[in-house]
Amino acid sequence: MSEVIATNQTILVVGGGISGMTAALEAAECGKQVLLVEKNPSVGGRVSQLYKYFPKLCHPKCGLEINLRRLKGNRDLRLMTMTEVSGVTGEAGNYSVTLTTRPRYINDNCTSCGDCATAVEGEYDDEYNYGMKKRKAAYLPFNQAYPERYVLDSRAIGTADAEKAKAACKYGAVDLDMQEQETTVTVGAIIWATGWKPYDAAKIQPYGYDRFPNVITSVEFERMLDPFGPTGGKILRPSDGKEAKDVAFIQCAGSRDQNHLKHCSRICCMASLKQTTYLREQYGDDAKATVYYIDIRAIDRIDDFYQKVQNDTNVTFTKSKVANITQDKETGNPVLHGVDTEGYHRYSNPHELVVLAIGMEPSVPANGFPMDVVLNEEGFVELDEANGAFFAAGCSADALDVNRAVQSATASALRAIQVVNKVARAEG
Amino acid sequence: MADMKIGAYICKGCGLGERLDCDDLASIAKRDGKAQVVQTHDFLCSEEGIKLIQNDIDNEGVNRVVIGACSRRAKSEAFRFENVTLSRANLREGVIWIRPDEDELRETTQEMAADYVRMGCAEAKFQTLPASAQEKGSNDNILVVGGGITGMTAAIEAAKAGYPVTLVEKTGRLGGAVGQMWKDVPAHSPYTDPVDTAVAKLTAEIEAASNIKVHLNSVITKTSGAPGRFSADISTESGSTTTENFGAIIQSSGATPYDASQLPELGYGKSKDVIDRVEMEQLAIAANGGPIKRPSDGKEVKKVTFVQCAGQRSEKEGHLNYCSGDCCLTSIKQAMYFKDQNPDIETEILYTDLRTPGAPGEDFYRSGQEKMVTFRKGVVSEVTAGNNGPLVKFKDLILDEELQEEADLVVLATGMVANSGVDIDTVPQNEPGQWEVSVDSILNLNYRQGKDLPHLKYGFNDSHFICFPYETRRTGIYSCGPVRRPMDTQQAIEDATGAALKAIQALESAKIGSAAHPRSGDLSYPIFRKEGCTQCKRCTVECPFGAIDEDEKRFPVFNESRCRRCGTCMGACPVRVISFENYSVDTVGQQLKIVDMPDEFDEKPRILVLACENDAYPALDMGAQQGNTYSQWARVIPVRCLGSVNTIWITDALNSGYDGIVLMGCQKGENYQCHFVKGSEMAGMRMSKIDDTLKTLNLEKERISTYEVAITDIDRAPRLINDMAEAVEKMGMSPFKF
Repeated sequence: MSEVIATNQTILVVGGGISGMTAALEAAECGKQVLLVEKNPSVGGRVSQLYKYFPKLCHPKCGLEINLRRLKGNRDLRLMTMTEVSGVTGEAGNYSVTLTTRPRYINDNCTSCGDCATAVEGEYDDEYNYGMKKRKAAYLPFNQAYPERYVLDSRAIGTADAEKAKAACKYGAVDLDMQEQETTVTVGAIIWATGWKPYDAAKIQPYGYDRFPNVITSVEFERMLDPFGPTGGKILRPSDGKEAKDVAFIQCAGSRDQNHLKHCSRICCMASLKQTTYLREQYGDDAKATVYYIDIRAIDRIDDFYQKVQNDTNVTFTKSKVANITQDKETGNPVLHGVDTEGYHRYSNPHELVVLAIGMEPSVPANGFPMDVVLNEEGFVELDEANGAFFAAGCSADALDVNRAVQSATASALRAIQVVNKVARAEG
Repeated sequence: MADMKIGAYICKGCGLGERLDCDDLASIAKRDGKAQVVQTHDFLCSEEGIKLIQNDIDNEGVNRVVIGACSRRAKSEAFRFENVTLSRANLREGVIWIRPDEDELRETTQEMAADYVRMGCAEAKFQTLPASAQEKGSNDNILVVGGGITGMTAAIEAAKAGYPVTLVEKTGRLGGAVGQMWKDVPAHSPYTDPVDTAVAKLTAEIEAASNIKVHLNSVITKTSGAPGRFSADISTESGSTTTENFGAIIQSSGATPYDASQLPELGYGKSKDVIDRVEMEQLAIAANGGPIKRPSDGKEVKKVTFVQCAGQRSEKEGHLNYCSGDCCLTSIKQAMYFKDQNPDIETEILYTDLRTPGAPGEDFYRSGQEKMVTFRKGVVSEVTAGNNGPLVKFKDLILDEELQEEADLVVLATGMVANSGVDIDTVPQNEPGQWEVSVDSILNLNYRQGKDLPHLKYGFNDSHFICFPYETRRTGIYSCGPVRRPMDTQQAIEDATGAALKAIQALESAKIGSAAHPRSGDLSYPIFRKEGCTQCKRCTVECPFGAIDEDEKRFPVFNESRCRRCGTCMGACPVRVISFENYSVDTVGQQLKIVDMPDEFDEKPRILVLACENDAYPALDMGAQQGNTYSQWARVIPVRCLGSVNTIWITDALNSGYDGIVLMGCQKGENYQCHFVKGSEMAGMRMSKIDDTLKTLNLEKERISTYEVAITDIDRAPRLINDMAEAVEKMGMSPFKF
């Protein structure tokens, strides 16, 4: 194992969501050497789990396909999946980074023929669908997954399933002896694009996410629209599988709240506005959406999308922070209680389904960074000289929408290039 | 390239060997495909399989490789060879996965596979490896147009990466709109108080940088060329002009404050104490930390009211239909000017939606609340003269009451209007040879399609893409800051840094003759055979990127490094004189012609499917992976963009006996999803005219269908093919089979 995969002119990008992929590709397309590491078995990140983007209502997978093509064709970019950073030492222009790669148990002989998945019986919660459905122990994370290589769940190792998978593979791709591997690389700059995770909705106790099946989060709602998702593309109630036509959207669920996330998560207003269009798309005039909000932050030129949704007579806006939710025992309907602050009217409104526009929390907690990094109170990485050549991209820098995350990623790519160019000049 | 030698390799893995007669496919590659070297292998993507192919390349002189295995989207790392062309016959996702495994279907499944092998060989025969012999500009200099905070940042960031910059500013000073502010919203935690603007720091950095040249009081009077070889005339107020050459251009021409005199109903122009946000900054600068005095009588302001969304988010004539993005933060900051000086001053912000997103935004808002700035959800109807100052009439939306309050000073939070030059959709370019400078233009491009970057909406020249915000429609020219989209200082700084990267990337790509996004790395370029050209101008008009100019005789002039290799020009050309080495009328046309066309009485129709390679084709692939099936009569060819589809392919297909044709492109119109912007739209227009061809041939118009297909149409895309198969069954076979 003496293959040199990086030097101090290499840029390390941590995280293969849209920000990390963008930063890596933009730098590599400038002719720089890039090492992209992703914790999951495939790249694509959270946006690959979305049905549509606001405000165009286009499909994230379309942009992902372009990025995958760029990635497949670029020889200056090397990708390592199932890999995380476990340590960083050194300084700007010369970092030593320790990478830990979890075993996939399937090597690159895999042709993605799917025989292993057919052979195994064990099933686990499907991460791609936020646990709303099951997947096999041997699986392709999703239909556009890249690398297009199956994964054998580590929990199946030592069971009969592992042997079944091995026996089913005609190509010798199943390697049950694969071990966790540690690699140390030298890099000049680090782009940190570890993104966000949905805030734990169960912590917002009054909303009963953990008690009422018909209270779900906005990211789960997105999965319902996938024809291969948990509901076959239909907007259904988890409690009884009935069509959910009367849906409430609760804004700032976990955001702008001293008890939860202090910050505004930026995307949730536009996301809920977008999701009201899913409802109309599916149920037409029978659809009824109610958005409970504090401020609708449809910022800058995309405010016209808000204007368009406002013109939909089946969408109602109620200025209110919902106080709490109870459940109607007979119907299973969540009932929202609160005060409509425009005129101060109390309400107790039943809906068939409640979608919590859940806040964005940085994926990596403040104490989870491999080196000293200047963070703000909310846990996002600041642009600060003290960080050396460690640059945040996308949602590790702030709660950003896709457009801004890409902007941020592109900017971070240049910041990293400045460092490695300096190294190159110094080394002549 | 040396003599053409086609090597065809048929894989037997993934069930191909069981489902198909691979030896038969190998002989077809030899006989019909004219492959000189043909091999089959049980597991072609294995190390051994790759070695076998590489050995033929190294020792047998194979220079055109045809892989008959999985989709071009799969195993791309394995099937990657240097200095040869590569064609992929999609036997797995395109044949065995989409056809049921039944004995009585074996024959048609085999025929399908055989055709894909023929097609792969035909493509191999007619494409050549791009030699990158095109014009290559090599210039490291970057031109930044506009010296506000955005342009200053872009200049500094590009210079820090080692690229020399020329910064052109039309006024006599750098700093732009931010330079006229007393303080700015903080860009670093803690996000609690107004801070000094970045202008002084950036000015010092520019002065200290040895590789940034600044032209003040200057504008661009002409821009020509292409990435790597732009030329710009920089003219000073006094009339002198210098010409400099650049590798790439950043346009950071910013925004102009909305003209508040269009808001008489809000008292502007009627009372001196109703001011806009820019005038508020001037008052603060004049006060310099001391008490702020109102304009009418110099009285110290004790009560100030901010009116948000003044002339914005409104469909009223003369108003801005959009939100300017930064006014909420600006008003909070300006309210703090008062509160920080004297906490007893009443500051009230009347708003409908307070928009302070992210962590910095919300922190700053919270800080405003802690400083006791009053936020009131209300809509202002009118500002008139009161007894001691302006009287603000508004509806308090919380109390649900019409109210009025007097203030010493009223600040209208007015928006921003993009300085994006001329709208090329309404102001056409001058005739060739009669080109003139426009004083309204920012860049004064001499391009065929107009003098400035195209506007997207509301005068902003944003990109339409969410995942690719920098994809302006003029290669090598990147706009950033509020000319692109309304934004605050912090975002403008990020945007400028990103744009600087794109500029560097564009000039580096131009050096090696490589395409820019989305076909980055493509070394092909449009080859034009002038002898056949009829000067019809379709290519110059239809190019989504304005890459093609015209000479005085109306012949097209290709600017290769402006080209994005979508092939729209190739699709447009009625005499077929435009091609790419790796993509041409022949690389597709010969594929559809080589398909075995059974006799009319065999009852085996053929359906040609031309599918956008980025969306429709992957949708079919992923459908195959999910077990979807479609008609055995289909022959699918991926195309770069539906815009590259030349109608000759359609005519040829009809003439050679195809029974149906399905075209799958991307969504067009306002929310277009075509990554070549107009390709899908152009195809739509061309296909609307194909009815005449059908009429001439006496064929039903139902034989051709054009669809917008998204990458998620995994179930729908196969269904569309099946619909055509059904339609053909109803209509009967085409009579044009020979």
